[in-house]
Amino acid sequence: MSTNAGITEPRGVTRGVLQGFSWLVYVFFYAPILVLIIFSFSDNRNVGVWGGFTTSWYSEFVTDQPLTTALGNSLRIAVVVTVVSVVLGTMAALALERFRFRGRQVFDALLYLPVIIPDVTMAVMLLLFFTQAAKWFGFSKGFATITLSHIAFNISFVSIVVRARLAGMDDNLEEAAMDLYASRWQAFRHVTLPFIMPGIAGGALLAMTLSLDDVVITQFVTGAGWSTLPVYVFSLIRKGVTPLINAVSVVMLVASMVLVALSLVVQRVRGGSPA
Amino acid sequence: MAESAETHGATRANPAVALRGITKRFGSDDTVVVAVDDVSLDIADGEFFAMLGPSGCGKTTTLRMIAGLEFPTEGSLKIFGDEVGTLPPNKRPVNTVFQNYALFPHMTVLDNVSFGLRMQKVSKSDAAARARELIGLVRLSGMEHRKPAQLSGGQQQRVALARALVNRPKVLLLDEPLGALDLKLRQEMQGELKSLQRELGVSFVFVTHDQEEALTMSDRIAVMDDGRLLQVGSAEDLYERPVNRFVADFIGQTNLIEATVADGATIVLANGSKVAATTAHPAGAKVFMSLRPESITIGERGSAPAEFRADCLDGTVSEATYLGHAVDYHVSIDWIDLEVRTPAVVARKRYRPGDNVSVWWNRASNWLVAD
Repeated sequence: MSTNAGITEPRGVTRGVLQGFSWLVYVFFYAPILVLIIFSFSDNRNVGVWGGFTTSWYSEFVTDQPLTTALGNSLRIAVVVTVVSVVLGTMAALALERFRFRGRQVFDALLYLPVIIPDVTMAVMLLLFFTQAAKWFGFSKGFATITLSHIAFNISFVSIVVRARLAGMDDNLEEAAMDLYASRWQAFRHVTLPFIMPGIAGGALLAMTLSLDDVVITQFVTGAGWSTLPVYVFSLIRKGVTPLINAVSVVMLVASMVLVALSLVVQRVRGGSPA
Repeated sequence: MAESAETHGATRANPAVALRGITKRFGSDDTVVVAVDDVSLDIADGEFFAMLGPSGCGKTTTLRMIAGLEFPTEGSLKIFGDEVGTLPPNKRPVNTVFQNYALFPHMTVLDNVSFGLRMQKVSKSDAAARARELIGLVRLSGMEHRKPAQLSGGQQQRVALARALVNRPKVLLLDEPLGALDLKLRQEMQGELKSLQRELGVSFVFVTHDQEEALTMSDRIAVMDDGRLLQVGSAEDLYERPVNRFVADFIGQTNLIEATVADGATIVLANGSKVAATTAHPAGAKVFMSLRPESITIGERGSAPAEFRADCLDGTVSEATYLGHAVDYHVSIDWIDLEVRTPAVVARKRYRPGDNVSVWWNRASNWLVAD
């Protein structure tokens, strides 16, 4: 309330211009998505030429063997990546936020590295690493290498999000819980965990999205004949674009919107303590 | 009241809390900070005990050691005769009201209050019933399902109290519990805390930096400074018989006048004037004479009655402040400034800055302290 004091609503021409600009921004954001959705129902092999309504691209998506395999790969990887990086990222966040130990600052700086170094650099690094490791331990590239790579950069993202939440937590809360007969574990389980849950949920969502989304790193570390959905779609484009890609994109879009909506609902039900 | 609490404590075999040589050092080898330095004291069962001192004096660290949130580096800490020095907080029969309440933000009032019982494996229905009872006791019935963020500061304070008291602690620890409240609410809560404590008969150990709060609420007060315990006593003890200059200055307002002991009955002030004072300090000792502003009488120059001539100084009024219930004068005397407070009785003569006056006091009301 008080932050609004003194700010008057714009009037006249100013108001019109501002409103128009806002609409333009929305159009810029959402018009491509709208076009994408419309042409996913177009009965013409050329993207951008309307050929009447059809849902055949969606049924082709479901029956296209390589595409569904790639989608399955993406989902399996995303689930494993999300679980592992949420656990490790949360643990890293707790360690950095709660304890003072030797090498803490170095660890802190290193943890941010995957966020700031370019994808290509990270991809080349991982490729070299896995090539070397494959020589020593003899494993093939594919599911394992992609999953490990995604975990490697997602730990950073998760721990950043969880740490932001932890930093806002009163140190006395855990002490109060232990003063009220909770053991260390119970204090964590009943007080700290619920408090940082929105951060963990946000981190999980981010990790899942980033994993499902990644093209550059995945393409470097994947093995022959092994593909995730975005990498496969990318290879399709080189062969020529059909509305099938639109249909795939729409499905991915809807899926990610459902995920976001779900996380918002979950956080609200859990009590939605202030961020 | 204070005396009854002391005798009450003395008749018991075991004090509620007994500290012996408690020392707490923080940091490692090269940067050691001594937060609490060799503190020994007993807190009696059923006593309202305050720990008073400026911030950083070690009072909160002492409280946290009783709670089990810090462990003493040295010394023995007993609660009702049981050594608890190294027990974690969840194994001690004490509960704490934290300075900022530390209510669990994601839980309702009811869940906050019943938390301790649920951790002790009390059945859900019993825990809820007892929690409701306590919520009623702190007059918050009807707010059971609110979240802490939906409560005012005073209400949060009550929840914190109920959450601690529901466990029937043998000692309740309170860390500056009223610090975050505004003046009016603070005074109201002071009264409530006091009557709650009397009703329950549980020892309250109360940490505060506000000497007025400590004086009005406590049976006994411990004054700390720089990690050391300076004096333990009733409000009267501390106010009228402070053990040193720090306590005299910290508790209430006082005039501290440098002096040298001449003999057992006289001291010499810095300007050479001799003043009567009974003292056990040896001749030649440097002392401070503590004179409370309200125990000094002000009058026309030379008007001091004969029996006060030996406890009298001449000066000039430099400042006069009307306080409603009293008038506060600053009187310049050669080398010092004395603060004098007289009741603002309408019939009494008022003085203005520049007036030549004499000030005198009853011999019994001056008190000598070492530096």
